[in-house]
Amino acid sequence: MNFTKTAWKNIRRSPYQALAAILIMTLTFLAISFFTFLLVGSSKVINYFESKPQVTAFFRNEASQEDINKLENQLQATGKIASIKFVSKNDALKIYREQNANDPLLLDLVTADVLPASFEISTVKIEDMGAISNMLNKSAIVSDVIYQKDVVSTLTTWTSAIRKIGIILVILLSLVSIFIMATIIGIKISQKKEDIEIMKLIGATNWYIRWPFLTEGILYGVIGAVVGWSIATAGLLYASPFLESFLKGIPVLPASNIDLLTLLGLEIAFAVFLGAVSSFVAVLRYSK
Amino acid sequence: MIKLDKVSKKFGTGVFGLSDVSLNVDKGEFVFLVGSTGAGKTTIFRLLIRDTLPTEGNILVNGWDVVNLPKNKIPTLRKNVGVVFQDLKLLLDRTVFENVLLPLEVAGASAEEAVKIVESALGLVGLTEHKDKFPIQLSGGEVQRVAIARALVLSPEILLADEPTGNLDAATSWEIVKLLSDINKRGTTVVMATHNRDVIKSLGKRIIHIEKGKIVDEEKAKKVSEKHHENKDEKGKLSEAKSSSAEEEKE
Repeated sequence: MNFTKTAWKNIRRSPYQALAAILIMTLTFLAISFFTFLLVGSSKVINYFESKPQVTAFFRNEASQEDINKLENQLQATGKIASIKFVSKNDALKIYREQNANDPLLLDLVTADVLPASFEISTVKIEDMGAISNMLNKSAIVSDVIYQKDVVSTLTTWTSAIRKIGIILVILLSLVSIFIMATIIGIKISQKKEDIEIMKLIGATNWYIRWPFLTEGILYGVIGAVVGWSIATAGLLYASPFLESFLKGIPVLPASNIDLLTLLGLEIAFAVFLGAVSSFVAVLRYSK
Repeated sequence: MIKLDKVSKKFGTGVFGLSDVSLNVDKGEFVFLVGSTGAGKTTIFRLLIRDTLPTEGNILVNGWDVVNLPKNKIPTLRKNVGVVFQDLKLLLDRTVFENVLLPLEVAGASAEEAVKIVESALGLVGLTEHKDKFPIQLSGGEVQRVAIARALVLSPEILLADEPTGNLDAATSWEIVKLLSDINKRGTTVVMATHNRDVIKSLGKRIIHIEKGKIVDEEKAKKVSEKHHENKDEKGKLSEAKSSSAEEEKE
């Protein structure tokens, strides 16, 4: 199209302005990609913990099967339970044997009677774990309750902090890039003021004059988004081996190609929006 | 074709650029707008393409009520009125060809068609061989002709030429006037503003005198007998002009 040609000519003729515009867009999209990785990753980690049996309740030896069933029904009635698994004394022995397979001394000492039966409970929401464990503690047949409260609550706090920082940073960067781009395109419009005036006298419509500037802004945005995404993705791939060993079997990585491409697509859409908004601000501001 | 009805234009400073001007130009006419600098010639042209609005009065151009024209129709009006601006208003970073192409580009003509029209317009004004040069590489008469070619490519029914002979020597001025007169013969209504009395005297066209924003008197071109005499004179001047310009080019 003609507008793209004019826009491209404008970029070529003022490379430093174009570079500044593309850099600020790159920075914005680098931050967006980075925080998206962080948020998706941490929510995957939380999901992992949420799907694990997080609350374990051990029963007293005198607990009858009837009491246990009653407790299970009570728990289910709260609606907060994702799953409950009953581990009998024999099951517990089996697990114990697996865990200590290479220590025959320990195996000989322990019989099924010594080990308590238990519930392994996972909740739908991580926040409900406290309530469930309170409920279990009150029950007469439960001797002990364990859950990874600390791990999960720390994780949740961090995730929500990261999310807040990320959102604020992305909003700030988006605003900064809109202002910088609007200024750069505004300078370009001022430089072409005479040309614009001439074109108007010849009978150019406002949109004929606006389109090349809009196209230019959108082009800066898209280039910035692609470059920012590429850098963030390259960084993620480079760091993957290290991160995988750090996460010890929590299935976060590798990120799927489809997810990464979806992110690119969304970023390009957002870039088009940012570019269009900023050049439109400039067009309205500088050409009456 | 063009009608000004009691038009006044008061500038921000309180000075009247035009006061109570009424004039009529018929279809196919060639009219000279004569007056010294600051008399209001350019203001009339600016009013005709709605580059500025009158303080009072009505303006009709080719059937359009210019004063009450909705904003989105202004480009349409301007595409139908070719203007050779006093300061030409050529784009200095574009070649002659691109400058003449501009109105077609703006009007959204197809590339193939546009190229044909531009080439024929450049042929008409005699600039085909200079089409890839930039405006600063051309002489005064040549850039003037670029501006005329640009004003013509959309085949407007009205052509306004503001001092097209302003900075030119007598010989080149004659070429320009001859060119405008040829364009007029093809049916285009031409209004030419000038203060160059030598140019207008011998052409025998209607002359509107304007001084200090007022029309002083409207004189039909000299009486028939005089006109005949002047026409002869014109021919003589023209051939003289041609030979002198040819000599210049040789140099």
